[in-house]
Amino acid sequence: MSEEVARPETATAAGDKVQDAVPATASTQSTTRQPGAPRNGGGAASILRTGLGRNVGLVVALVLLCIVGVITAGDTFATSANVLTILRLAAVVGVVSIGMTFVITGGGIDLSVGAMLALASVWATTLATQQMAADYGMIFMVSTALLVGAACGLVNGLLIAYGKIVPFIATLAMLAGARGLAEIISDRKTQIITVNPFLDLFGGSFIGVPVLVWMFVIVAALGWVLLNRTTFGRRTFAVGGNAEAARLAGIKVQRHTVALYVLAGLCCGIAAVMLMARTTTGSSTHGQLYELDAIAAVVIGGTLLSGGRGTIVGTVFGVLIFTTLNNVFTLNNLSISAQSVAKGLIIVIAVLLQQRLAARATTP
Amino acid sequence: MSARPARFLKVAGIAGLSSLALIACTSNTPEAEKTSDTGATQAVAGGKNDEPGQKVKIGFSAPAADHGWMGAITKATQAEAKKFSDVELIVAEGTNDVNLQISQVETFINQKVDAIVLLPFDGAALTAVATKAMDAGITVVNVDREFGSTFAARTTVLGDNKGMGVSAGTYICKELKGKTDAVVAEIAGIDSLPLTQARSQGFKEALADCGLKVSNRVAAEFTVESGEKAAANLLQAAPKIDAIWNHDDDQGVGVMAAIKNSGRKEFFVVGGAGSANVMRDIKAGNTLMRATVIYPSTQGADGVRLARLLVQKKSLGDLVEVEVPRTVQLYAPVVTKDNVDQYLPTAFES
Repeated sequence: MSEEVARPETATAAGDKVQDAVPATASTQSTTRQPGAPRNGGGAASILRTGLGRNVGLVVALVLLCIVGVITAGDTFATSANVLTILRLAAVVGVVSIGMTFVITGGGIDLSVGAMLALASVWATTLATQQMAADYGMIFMVSTALLVGAACGLVNGLLIAYGKIVPFIATLAMLAGARGLAEIISDRKTQIITVNPFLDLFGGSFIGVPVLVWMFVIVAALGWVLLNRTTFGRRTFAVGGNAEAARLAGIKVQRHTVALYVLAGLCCGIAAVMLMARTTTGSSTHGQLYELDAIAAVVIGGTLLSGGRGTIVGTVFGVLIFTTLNNVFTLNNLSISAQSVAKGLIIVIAVLLQQRLAARATTP
Repeated sequence: MSARPARFLKVAGIAGLSSLALIACTSNTPEAEKTSDTGATQAVAGGKNDEPGQKVKIGFSAPAADHGWMGAITKATQAEAKKFSDVELIVAEGTNDVNLQISQVETFINQKVDAIVLLPFDGAALTAVATKAMDAGITVVNVDREFGSTFAARTTVLGDNKGMGVSAGTYICKELKGKTDAVVAEIAGIDSLPLTQARSQGFKEALADCGLKVSNRVAAEFTVESGEKAAANLLQAAPKIDAIWNHDDDQGVGVMAAIKNSGRKEFFVVGGAGSANVMRDIKAGNTLMRATVIYPSTQGADGVRLARLLVQKKSLGDLVEVEVPRTVQLYAPVVTKDNVDQYLPTAFES
């Protein structure tokens, strides 16, 4: 969670510090101390400067929401069934948001996540995939969804890295294209899943926790490791912070950019499998506006929209805040229109808090 | 960097503790399986149904109110629930995200509501969770878009989609008076919905009865802007049209705007759903809109009433049968200048 340590703080700093961001050897990593790293014996302030400090605003917001939930709808809110309901809802958008975190940290944006999810879900439920799954095992359905997602991501990445199209535009094209293709393949009809082993596995539970939630946890954990503990992650920060500097430092920026979009597409494939299990259908209408939900969660989490700084933990909190908010509203039967207003306010307040606390955390 | 693993452990520890705390403060009440009450329905004498009975907690969820008809559904449902002192209606946020709608139904189950009135964004996608609610002993009333299984709902309230198409087609046949080479165009709603497919099927069959066919067909999305776009395309594609049936009066606002912009007047238009402003146009008789086919926006309200009767074990008045029917299908009459006054009061404002 101490994600910001040993990482350039701003895009401009990234230019000067990019040498550190590219691990030449393991020894350089363990000796350099970056700005923002806590000094020994900083007391409460040093806690603020850790990764947790960056997420304090989010933790506070989530705890506040939970307190409101407990006070207003205590008998229902604080039950395990309700917590699992929140987590199940968060899981699908959560997995999409993990992929989005990588893309945004790398200085890009992906507007096509919802459409890629729809296409993956439709492809995996039509075109004889279901028949193959019924005959030879559900692995065909699962791998189809993952492959379709990754392939869409690959197209995005190639258009952006080698076609030199702005991410916003390239993924906008994919948003239209993938959903259109999903409509063609499915003939705009909802495809019902009849492969029971698939539904049983992904719709089931493991140690009392839904498989969907486990998937979210695993994807988030892998994402965290990849972003904060590997060369790939450090390169992502470098590319997002300053692509030109990263290139001069010897990072293959284009190849790395493609990899980021493939990763986002793969996450959409995973999310498609989850949503297929949850709805027992594949449909060209799945995942509508998920790109906005994911971007909102990522930004609230503290990832910079301009790239160069990203946090998986923050993203997870961002998703949880939105889903908990929705749950609290539903439980209290509040006005439908007021919910949207509250959502907007929460986004603004969360980001303001985030900035204040982050600023305090970085000033020594 | 050397400090990182240690700090990671510290933070992970904090995270772990907080998640433990979260689990600790969730009261692990065992899922109290509500045994489905097999108490006999009391035949209540007609007219006594409205007298307050036991409290009924009803959860309601519908798609996003992105067009007038859907907004009217929610408004009418809330208004109906207010009429009964014994009904508490919990309204979830309207959404076109099936993932969210499923979690809303799950939340209703957690709240242990007595009944759920559900207009699913996609009937097939909500079937599993609706069945789960029924299994938990909750009375589910399905509205407008059908589930894929009989076990998912106790009662279903439907409009007559195929009947809409038949009514519209029959009216157009009558108006065109045996003109066999007439060009009939169709502006459908959301094509992926089974209800749209049913409307088109009924329309096709009724036209075939008098030797006509749908020459041009475009699909919109029930919204004003989509109607305008689809109609503009249609008018480009067909240089001469005799009659247009537009599935939905909300998108009809856009359709009429596109027609007005094109300046064309050689055809007449039949609407669908039956919004108040279309009926006012029909009454005034100064537009190309000559008739509309009703698709009641009172289905959610009827769903609430039926859910209340089911939970209170009352029967439906004016039926000899003691149980509330499994399916209630509403009628799709044609509204013309002659009978518009009869339908205008219950029409929805889009």
